[in-house]
Amino acid sequence: MITLTETLKPKDLKSDVKPIWCPGCGDFGVLNALLKALTDLKLDPAHVAIASGIGCSGRFPAFVNAYGFHGVHGRVLPLATGIKLANPELTVFAVGGDGDAFSIGAGHLPHAARRNVDITYIVMDNEIYGLTKGQPSPTSPLGMEKKASPYGTYDAPLNPIAMVLSHGATFVARGFSSQPRDLTELIKRGVQHPGFAFIQAISPCVTFYDTYARFKETTTPIAEDHDPADRLAAMKLALETNVQYLGVFYEEERMSHHGGVGQVRDKAGADFSLEDLLKRFER
Amino acid sequence: MPVNDMVIRIGGESGEGIVTIGEIFVRIAAFSGLEVYTFRTFPAEILGGHVTFQARIADKPVLSQGDDIDVLVSLNQEGYDKHIGELRPGGVVLYDSTSATPTREEDDDLLYGIPVDELARSIDFVRGRNLIMIGAMVQLFGLPLDKAEQMVRRRLGRFKDLLPKNLEALNLGYNYASEHFTRRPPIYLEPPLEEAKEGLVMTGNQALALGAIAAGCRVYAGYPITPATDIMEFLARELPKVGGVVIQAEDEIAAINMAIGASFAGVRAMTATSGPGLSLMIEAMGLASMTEVPVVVVDVQRAGPATGLPTKTAQGDLYLALYAGNDDPPRFVVAPSSVEDCFYQIINAFNLAERYQTPVIVLSDQALAPRVETCQLFRLDQVDLLDRELADLDGHDGYQRFKITETGVSPMAIPGMKGGHYTAEGLEHNEKGNPNYTPDMHSAMMDKRRRKVDTARQQLTLWENVVEEWGDEEAAIAIMGWGSSMGPVQEAMARAQAAGYKVAALFPKVLLPMPDLRIKRFLRGRRAVIIPELNQRGQFARVIEHRYSHELIRDSIEVVSLTKYQGLPFRPVEIFEKIKEVAQLLTERASID
Repeated sequence: MITLTETLKPKDLKSDVKPIWCPGCGDFGVLNALLKALTDLKLDPAHVAIASGIGCSGRFPAFVNAYGFHGVHGRVLPLATGIKLANPELTVFAVGGDGDAFSIGAGHLPHAARRNVDITYIVMDNEIYGLTKGQPSPTSPLGMEKKASPYGTYDAPLNPIAMVLSHGATFVARGFSSQPRDLTELIKRGVQHPGFAFIQAISPCVTFYDTYARFKETTTPIAEDHDPADRLAAMKLALETNVQYLGVFYEEERMSHHGGVGQVRDKAGADFSLEDLLKRFER
Repeated sequence: MPVNDMVIRIGGESGEGIVTIGEIFVRIAAFSGLEVYTFRTFPAEILGGHVTFQARIADKPVLSQGDDIDVLVSLNQEGYDKHIGELRPGGVVLYDSTSATPTREEDDDLLYGIPVDELARSIDFVRGRNLIMIGAMVQLFGLPLDKAEQMVRRRLGRFKDLLPKNLEALNLGYNYASEHFTRRPPIYLEPPLEEAKEGLVMTGNQALALGAIAAGCRVYAGYPITPATDIMEFLARELPKVGGVVIQAEDEIAAINMAIGASFAGVRAMTATSGPGLSLMIEAMGLASMTEVPVVVVDVQRAGPATGLPTKTAQGDLYLALYAGNDDPPRFVVAPSSVEDCFYQIINAFNLAERYQTPVIVLSDQALAPRVETCQLFRLDQVDLLDRELADLDGHDGYQRFKITETGVSPMAIPGMKGGHYTAEGLEHNEKGNPNYTPDMHSAMMDKRRRKVDTARQQLTLWENVVEEWGDEEAAIAIMGWGSSMGPVQEAMARAQAAGYKVAALFPKVLLPMPDLRIKRFLRGRRAVIIPELNQRGQFARVIEHRYSHELIRDSIEVVSLTKYQGLPFRPVEIFEKIKEVAQLLTERASID
């Protein structure tokens, strides 16, 4: 993490590109929380990279005065992994939606988690495909009637928190775009966590699936006596279906991917010259 | 009379050490100053199935695997039965007389039975069968025993405990042959007397990996796939020593995206795969074109669509490499022609990628990747690395990552550079990188990115080692081709010239951008151009017909497509026959005219 001595304001980090999001979109709350987290942590924006996939939330990097990469659909985790691999000093974020994370890109999630790549992954979950105008997503509830599911959905929704817990993610949290202060704190903890930090940010879509009222009703903070080191307890909270818990479900310290790279380099040694290597092939 | 150009085939069950016998024997030959070129086919299974290892050994540079088999070495009956039909008349058979019985009516003088199994048991070392056979081969074909011992130490020295036993087995085979065969085989080798020549012995994939290191590659992201995997394995051992890293991704899509991410962050990055993997990478290659991120992708081609024939060769991914991707993504395509060339062409690939901030595909193939070939020492002092042009941000405001320039190249900021922040935008964007869909901006940006290919086409005329042209300048018959079929073409042409035919040849090493000026000049005055390639539709022939239709029609040049799609490389004779056929056709036409 490379920091600044001076303190910037969130608006200093706002780019001059105007978000294309619908008024009332939850993503605004997530953007503001991220900007606040960056300034609270005094991160030097020249050393921040934000990668994204495709979806409404994929536009995110362009709205921040930091380095960004708007990649292809579902591949934000490999992209962010590559960035961090090349320059571990960068603070790297991956951002995207529930389609990007749990549908097209779901194959990458277990691997980013088990590698424990030191990045912060914020999934803006609105339980719908917004950019393509309202098709069911992997987190849509049963019976959702949309143009692509006119008779109601019948595929069971995924449980993102339980999923990444079982993948071995070392930091698992859930926030809500309507509670930006708490979300900011979660993002800050995620950035400071030395490994893969997964944050599910409930971020309703006002246009195609307005869930603000439901989530106001069903969300509740994780009790203060919850031990984030207890993976089974975390799993129990994750599997609770009547309420959506907000806060840090789980946190553990485990060697990050970068730590593994360092170990490999130590074992390999630094004794190398191409001339010597070529000698092995001389006849 | 020493033959000094011998094709030797070793056949047997997978897991019996066929490849070990072959690889050690050719290295002994190379170590003794001879030139070698191997060819192997393996079953897809790890154990079980028939394996063939073939090597050509000669006293001058070897350009192809040859035509006929001069020597057959079989460790079991199947190894004999399966290959005996391809042994040329007068060819020699070495076989394990404890497990195989020759059945063909052969001249006894050409049969050399060695009781390999029995000998191995006699020293209580069943695993020494390979070395007993190698020892006999060394003796019979005239290679020096001391060089053989040195090579066994070099190749097998890491199994310290077994080394004395391995050397004993080698000597046992050698001595058996010298005691039991008074007659020397009619085919044998005579290594040059002077000290072993300078040079390298390695595989195509090793040359690619070494070239990548020389080119400054420091991040490799890959997913295992035959026949590309050993590039990753090689780099996994070496890259960490230079502060680099190899990451085994969860799939090919992840691999290419990791490489793109790493390159965006300022490090030279690559991936390697085979056709099925390249198919998966195409979308992300378009992303690299759009966001102008350098990345090198090696495609070690294998035969067939879908899973196809993973262990057989083809040149079938040319269309994929040149054209795949939604709506005209600019990229470069490079095709090395030999093991040695793999080293130089991947350096060219990195230079193109970095200089023009564009993805590059390197087309190798299954015949080139695992084959062992002698090559000249690499000229490290002549390796010139081109860097990507970095943004000059000192005191400048309003950095434009995608600034429209005459060459198409825009100076690049790397994360960490103050004031250079931008978004590498996969959507169409303006010069700053902000999404922009206006008609004028889209066409201006498409032109800007495309311009890099045209700039490169001009610049490449000044680069070394991007086109190979040889033969008779005045010839009516020309051959054009690409990639690893160059060796067989060179050999066929040498034969044709010796037989009095005039032929000229041109092989571009960079296939995109095509060296148009060179090719147009080359085509002038020809009557026919033969295009040999290992795919069904004649992909390169179709590219040439389309791209140079004006010249071909104007000068009435006939395109003769010579395709082969059996999973096997060309034999020189196949190309030689085509040259004769075309020459005959031209003569007949001339007499009608």
